[in-house]
Amino acid sequence: MADPMKIRAGLKGDVADVRVLMNHPMETGQRKDSSGNLIPVHFIQEITVKLNGKSVIEAQVSQAVSRNPVFSFRVKGAKAGDRLEISWLDNKGDRNSTETALA
Amino acid sequence: MSFARWIPAGLLAGACLAATAQDARKEIEKYQQMIADSSPVELFELEGEALWKKRQGAKNVSLEGCDLGLGAGALKGAYAQLPRYFSDADRVMDLETRLLHCMTTLQGRSREEATKRVFGNEDRLSEMEYLSAYIAAQSRGVPMAPGTSHPREKAAFELGRKTYFYRGGAWDFSCASCHGEAGKRIRMQELPQLFKPEYARPVVATWPAYRVSNSQFKTMQWRINNCFQQMRYPEPGYASDITVALAMFLTATGAGEPYRGPGTKR
Repeated sequence: MADPMKIRAGLKGDVADVRVLMNHPMETGQRKDSSGNLIPVHFIQEITVKLNGKSVIEAQVSQAVSRNPVFSFRVKGAKAGDRLEISWLDNKGDRNSTETALA
Repeated sequence: MSFARWIPAGLLAGACLAATAQDARKEIEKYQQMIADSSPVELFELEGEALWKKRQGAKNVSLEGCDLGLGAGALKGAYAQLPRYFSDADRVMDLETRLLHCMTTLQGRSREEATKRVFGNEDRLSEMEYLSAYIAAQSRGVPMAPGTSHPREKAAFELGRKTYFYRGGAWDFSCASCHGEAGKRIRMQELPQLFKPEYARPVVATWPAYRVSNSQFKTMQWRINNCFQQMRYPEPGYASDITVALAMFLTATGAGEPYRGPGTKR
């Protein structure tokens, strides 16, 4: 998946305030297309956040989350220059990841 | 006696209604803040940038040589000074009209091909919508200042104003039938009196916009097209003089406000 992800991170003291915008259809499996066929379920299942390669958040997500979701969270114990990596895995096995250096 | 009992009760009910309306407005504002926080517009801007730089058409060139009014390829603040008169096309043009002009002249594409899919859906925006998101975003913070001095710009403004108040179609509607009085709304959506600057300003400063309820990105050409449909008018031509004139009337009426879009609508 080459679709872009957009990450925005701010650092306050040792707490990183992070917002990440993900490009994903997040199909619930309940919608039908124009010819009446069910659109197969397609959603992000796992989100992983790593700080300098160490996993700090592992989230399980369901199809109840909207299309192009935004996740925002805080990471404690971060400092300027730390590398923050965010990746997701969806139910079709597609993956995407992005990273940024905290400033 | 019965009168004396009725009046206070009526007053009380009135006060309650007013309080509820106030609360509802506050709640709606809170909701709008929340949806703005999760707007995916930045993703659309990235796609738009890629399309701006993509070589296309018979001449296999990108749109980077397109002059949106500030010189070929100049994007910073370009959206905020549209619509305006372009002497090379001898027309007043809004953003989409100008883009279409560049696609046909610069890239050598046919009008039919370039306008085959101008309004997208939730699965994929149209090329025009992606481009609008990208280009409009380059005017954030720049006050809206469409062209208002050229005689053709003045004529477009006048035509737009006339159209706004012109009643016609199967329902004998004008824009002002809905957008004409204070305090009108459709469901929870307030209907701004767009011929007044105080109402037009926040509107022109936030279009084009992402629409949360259907996950789509919408341009001003779509907005006007959809209003025509709701009024049961014949469909206006894409990038036609009448749609540009209405965009000019709205934008010039709401001029002066720094652009803060692409916005988020319910």
